[in-house]
Amino acid sequence: MAIIRDIMPAFELFQPATAQDAVGLLDQYGSDAWVLAGGLDSFDWLKDRIKKPKVVVDLSQCKELSGIRELNGGLAIGAMTTLTEVVRHPVVREKYGLLAEGAELAASPQIRNQGTLGGNISQDTRCWYYRSGWKCYRAGGNICFADTPTAINREHAILQADRCVAVNPSDSAPALVALEAQMVIRNKSGERVVNAEDYFVGPAIDIMHMTVLKPGDLLTAIRIPATWAGAKFYFEKIRDRNVWDFPIMNVASAMVVTGGKIERIRIALNGASARPLRLKAVEDAVVGKAPDAATGAMAGLIAVAGAEPLKHNGYKIPLMKNLVKRAIGGVQEATWAS
Amino acid sequence: MGVIEFATSPWGQTVPVHISFLLIWVSAIAGLAFLMGHAIWYQVAVKHAAHAEPAQGEVAADAAVKVPDTVARHSLAARLFHWIMAAAMLALLVTAFLPKVGYPFAWVTYHWIAGLVLTASIIYHIIHATFFLDPWSIWPDAIDREDALRRWKRATGESAPAPRKFAKYPLENKMYHLVIVLAGLSVTLTGLFMMKRVRTPIFTRNPYVFGDMTWGLMYVLHGLAGVGLIALIMVHIYFALRPEKLAITRSMVLGSITRDHFLEHHDPERWAPEPER
Repeated sequence: MAIIRDIMPAFELFQPATAQDAVGLLDQYGSDAWVLAGGLDSFDWLKDRIKKPKVVVDLSQCKELSGIRELNGGLAIGAMTTLTEVVRHPVVREKYGLLAEGAELAASPQIRNQGTLGGNISQDTRCWYYRSGWKCYRAGGNICFADTPTAINREHAILQADRCVAVNPSDSAPALVALEAQMVIRNKSGERVVNAEDYFVGPAIDIMHMTVLKPGDLLTAIRIPATWAGAKFYFEKIRDRNVWDFPIMNVASAMVVTGGKIERIRIALNGASARPLRLKAVEDAVVGKAPDAATGAMAGLIAVAGAEPLKHNGYKIPLMKNLVKRAIGGVQEATWAS
Repeated sequence: MGVIEFATSPWGQTVPVHISFLLIWVSAIAGLAFLMGHAIWYQVAVKHAAHAEPAQGEVAADAAVKVPDTVARHSLAARLFHWIMAAAMLALLVTAFLPKVGYPFAWVTYHWIAGLVLTASIIYHIIHATFFLDPWSIWPDAIDREDALRRWKRATGESAPAPRKFAKYPLENKMYHLVIVLAGLSVTLTGLFMMKRVRTPIFTRNPYVFGDMTWGLMYVLHGLAGVGLIALIMVHIYFALRPEKLAITRSMVLGSITRDHFLEHHDPERWAPEPER
């Protein structure tokens, strides 16, 4: 497979000044158009010459897509808001520290200065077979190279794999799922709002996409309701290099504790499947119980039910179990167990 | 965009991966065009010709008296097979093609389960038809070929003797069966091998059972037969609902046809009528 790195294929570049113009262009060019946000995922694809769009719609001039404002007691974050802006925003830090933590653990300071929240949650998987340009299921072929007897699949899925075993690499996505965020999507027909957990799709539903975005769609904003403002948050990311790296797995939980018991909780985990998983069974099981190590251990066991490891990623099962345990019981109380 | 999509394998070989999914629409439109064409042709040509001269030979009087009031056409076992196969086939088409035309859902598990039901029903049918029915009654014979030629000559204005009445199955039934056998066996056999590519409780997943080229050709054959079945099923349902064929459709539900229908369309010397049991 001939890959010419560092020289992007020719494309027509559009830099619309408004979201409306951007939507018009996306509608006009449909599947020939590529949406460019911060460019950190896009330029990999383009420079490796694996994706060759005819048209690139650069959103950097759409100022209305940037910024954070209060909305109905919660927040509305423009999709083009950089991760650094999200991390530094006082209201995010004060009330939605879970998102600040998730965003701050993504990549490096330089990348967070350039990378956007919309881009971070909509980025493509890091499966190297797919990103090397092999025609796998996700690329429109008929095989998953990562799920063969000889595949190297240490970072791949243990849950909800369906032919493709790629995982979602976003750090902010599980935080948004835990915070009950909503994605605002605009296209030529109008605007629709999708719950964060429904924004991401697994291979069983759509093997070629990570999100519900279709040609012509533009993610314009992320809304965070006040529901979990000021709750007890937990975010932990496991990665190979602590300096900066994609997550092997991460967990995000928002919890309200009353009288020593969990009154309500939302917990999401990424790196186990092609979409951030909201652990509903865990939430149901721990409500009314004390947020301690015993509850965490039980939650960990529930979380990994049905997990099917590949040849090289069996370690993800105890990892997931422990992350969930710590997200509920707290790091001090929870002991690490394999 | 071509009929087949290709990819480069890890060994640098250009291999087919699957059909172009545009063929779904090609098949659906072709099926629809056939239905419309047939409906118009039947309305204009056949009905008109029916008044002009007898289309088929007469039944001998001594043979006609032996025909009972209701003639058994399909046994309960045969009918059960037909409807189970029909349900499996429709489930396979829906699960295969709805996600491709914009209605995504988790289809793979439903698809292979329906495929196994279809496979089981086909195996049952082969055994049942071979050992308990007349297996040759559904295959075109010399009389069918001769009568088809007679019909063609008469339709094109040449003179030819009237074709005989049918045996148990009209020639178009037999031809349809032949095509559905080819398409059905193609999707079934390739589908069974393709189950090695997905996780099921039945087979251990191993995509390296065959080489990339063999797999590619298998996917293409599965796809071509699959999209072909869209048109074939459309045509089948269309004929099942046509007024002049409703008696046959009814027999696939109730098992029998009337004496009058038998005498109008079938030759008792080619198909010995048995009363309904």
